[in-house]
Amino acid sequence: MNANTPAARTYVVTGAALLGFLALTIAAAYVNLGPLNTIVAMAISLAKGTLIILFFMHVRYSKPLLWVFVGAGFFWLGIMFVLALSDYMTRRGW
Amino acid sequence: MSSLATEAPVAHQFETADQQREAATMGMWLFIATEILFFGAMFLGYTVYRLGYPQAFAEASRHTLIAFGGTNTAVLLISSTVMAFAVRAARENRRGLLVTLLLVTSSLGALFLVIKGFEYSKEISEHLLPGRSFQIDAADPAHAEMFFYIYWLTTGVHALHVTIGVVLITIFAIRAWFTDAFVNHDTAVDLLGLYWHFVDIVWVFLFPLIYLIDRHS
Repeated sequence: MNANTPAARTYVVTGAALLGFLALTIAAAYVNLGPLNTIVAMAISLAKGTLIILFFMHVRYSKPLLWVFVGAGFFWLGIMFVLALSDYMTRRGW
Repeated sequence: MSSLATEAPVAHQFETADQQREAATMGMWLFIATEILFFGAMFLGYTVYRLGYPQAFAEASRHTLIAFGGTNTAVLLISSTVMAFAVRAARENRRGLLVTLLLVTSSLGALFLVIKGFEYSKEISEHLLPGRSFQIDAADPAHAEMFFYIYWLTTGVHALHVTIGVVLITIFAIRAWFTDAFVNHDTAVDLLGLYWHFVDIVWVFLFPLIYLIDRHS
């Protein structure tokens, strides 16, 4: 069957991990890490987003074709960011 | 698992119930892809301005109200967890549990909006709404105002999505309670769950970008 429902425990652990990451990202924001602050915050958000997509949205339990559909959205987002920023970040005086 | 409900009836263009569910799930992810790009454009605008005016954005970010933002993040994460259980209840045809969990989810969504409303009202009274009355104690008020333009735009569009979610989830709860619309038809609940989790993910990225830029100094 396509979307097997994971064990209830999986949802509890995922939810707890998400709240743990929230506490971590707030705590990390009050420590001066220089330019690393933004990178740490984004890494934690990526981890949270990945947990939600894999477990709450059941992508972990889905067929490869669905992974393509999921990946495509983020791939296009990547194209938009890379092309736009390759312009702005190489402008003189920006 | 044999105890799980099978979708019936199957529309004539599909061979099996599983195929029908997969097609619906892919359609929903296609919609989510358009939403990723919709929000993505706003995140891109944020990124460009923040790269250009890092100091103004850091200063403006310290004026945001982290107690509201942090609480709201927890509220949305918990609501997503409850929603995951609601989808599971629908899959197992447990109607009473489904209604209860949907109502808990929509209540948490409503709580998010109430908290956001108090936050907005406090910000308006602190003159942080861009426009004629905008005032901020910052070295570069023009670009600090740009931060707040983006803040109101992104959180406003996100709050609109939360509102749509709360309305839909409430309608689903009412239908699950008074009809047997979702008995052996749980795909719709599954897709509603995908929407709600997506709205949660958007906030997961908005939260640090708005509230946590430069908290330590």
